Amino acid sequence: MFSFCSDPSQLDRFYWLSCYLTTGKHMGFYFSFGTVLLLLAITAPTALAFGFFGATAARSNTAPLRWLGKGYISVVRGVPDIAFFLFFIIALDQGAEYLRHKVKCSQWDQPIRQGNDFIVCDAAKMPLGSAPQWMHESYGFTLAVLTFAIVFGAFAANVLFGAMRAVPRAQIETAEAYGMTRKQSFWRIIVPQMWVYALPGLSNLWMVLIKATPLLFLLGVEDIVYWARELGGTKTPRFTDYPHGDWRVWYFLFLLVFYLAFTKVSEVFLERLMTRLTHGQATTGGEAQRKVA
Amino acid sequence: MEECLQTIADYGLRSVGIGQRLLPKEDFTLCQQVTLIGSGMIWNIYFGVVALLFGFFFATALAVAKAAQNKWLRKPAEWFIFLFRGSPLFIQFFFAYFLFLSLKGVSPFFNAFTAAWLGALIVLFCNTAAYTGEIFYGALRSIPKGDVEAADAYGLTGWPRFKRIIWPTMLRLAWPAYTNEAIFLFHATTLVFFTGFPAWQQRGDALYYANYFADKTFNPFVPYPILAAFFIILTLIVISGFGFVNRRLNRHLPQERRSKLKLRVNIIR
Repeated sequence: MFSFCSDPSQLDRFYWLSCYLTTGKHMGFYFSFGTVLLLLAITAPTALAFGFFGATAARSNTAPLRWLGKGYISVVRGVPDIAFFLFFIIALDQGAEYLRHKVKCSQWDQPIRQGNDFIVCDAAKMPLGSAPQWMHESYGFTLAVLTFAIVFGAFAANVLFGAMRAVPRAQIETAEAYGMTRKQSFWRIIVPQMWVYALPGLSNLWMVLIKATPLLFLLGVEDIVYWARELGGTKTPRFTDYPHGDWRVWYFLFLLVFYLAFTKVSEVFLERLMTRLTHGQATTGGEAQRKVA
Repeated sequence: MEECLQTIADYGLRSVGIGQRLLPKEDFTLCQQVTLIGSGMIWNIYFGVVALLFGFFFATALAVAKAAQNKWLRKPAEWFIFLFRGSPLFIQFFFAYFLFLSLKGVSPFFNAFTAAWLGALIVLFCNTAAYTGEIFYGALRSIPKGDVEAADAYGLTGWPRFKRIIWPTMLRLAWPAYTNEAIFLFHATTLVFFTGFPAWQQRGDALYYANYFADKTFNPFVPYPILAAFFIILTLIVISGFGFVNRRLNRHLPQERRSKLKLRVNIIR
């Protein structure tokens, strides 16, 4: 990175460190923080969409749809979440390959599951064996996002389902009195009003989502945990210009501080948002604000 | 059937090192998967029960300290709770493991800490103490004023007042939330063997074995549902146990004021 970095073994402490922290691999480490933030930025709205559909399905009039929605919400309870992560990452991959196999290789006569192997024709591989490296990486990332969205969608569905029911009954009765259909009153009355009731649950979910991001490591994405383990491990002079002992504890301390800071910032921000939203609302929070003013 | 009984005899206690040394390598039967994953549950139950038991007392101390007037008591408790609630458990495990690993180089006293049974237990203990401490702190602040005033009127002060009035009321108010915390703690125990803590001689927990089977067979549709079933059973047992305590804590109240246990949505730490 810097011009004086050509012979690290001659440098003294400060210069050595500045060179060490700007090696190509460390750039990968810093870049992976971007991966985590990108995951959060994509997953949060996707999970919210999943949650919205789940909650809408759960309060549907059609019985099978309702069972589907309720099943989706409640199946995530009672089971450890990382089991879901580990399950979906394989299940989604196999599901995609299975469907492509059915479409593209109809003349294939062997069974797909042969003993311990899962075999599909070459044209159905996801991504294709000939695809460039970035395709493989972004496919892995997409699977991770989908997995996160499915699991957190169920949480969000639970929150939104509660929020939809928290909208005062009188509001809906008024809508009915005006002759609105069920669909109209849903879109015009319930959806605009439910957010205030959903915000405490959703902000809690956001904190939980932040704290779930290290699980990306389990899904095989090169995230900050991966890099911290990689970079922190003992390095001998044979393989690197920057030999050092086992520094993993320092790398993980850094990650710990990063997450603490991130949580704190989110907490402050969400508190402000809540104050904003409760302003003038007919809730205890809004009432308290009015009294202070 | 015969064969399955043999499998249970071979692998039923595999996770604690009793029985067959080698894990099955191929042609996995359903019986083998159920037995080994069930065997792994021993670790989940061990971590959960021990951490909850010790964590309970520490959490009470934390809650009282956080509610204290004295800032030398309050500040450390606040920081402890923030540290363990504000960071992912996954990172805490990693950090603790590597910390113990480097301490091991300093003194052989820390040898045992790098093993999961102690090292991971300490992390889980601190973690549940922090979460429970926050729950208890919330309950402590919502104790009805009248209860405390009545205690004062009877001349109860200091320790007797805490033991006989404040503490039972705090527990009663916190119990539904504490039940959830206990369930999540049991779920969180599945993280242990994915975070550096080695599963020595392949003695792992339920998820470790489920993951083993999923990796070997490349078929997630069998081991993970088995794991899920085990955890649902465990969850039901926890709920009924905590429900029993809840009824006891509320037995002096009139029927309609008794708080029912309500399960809330799952939380990743």
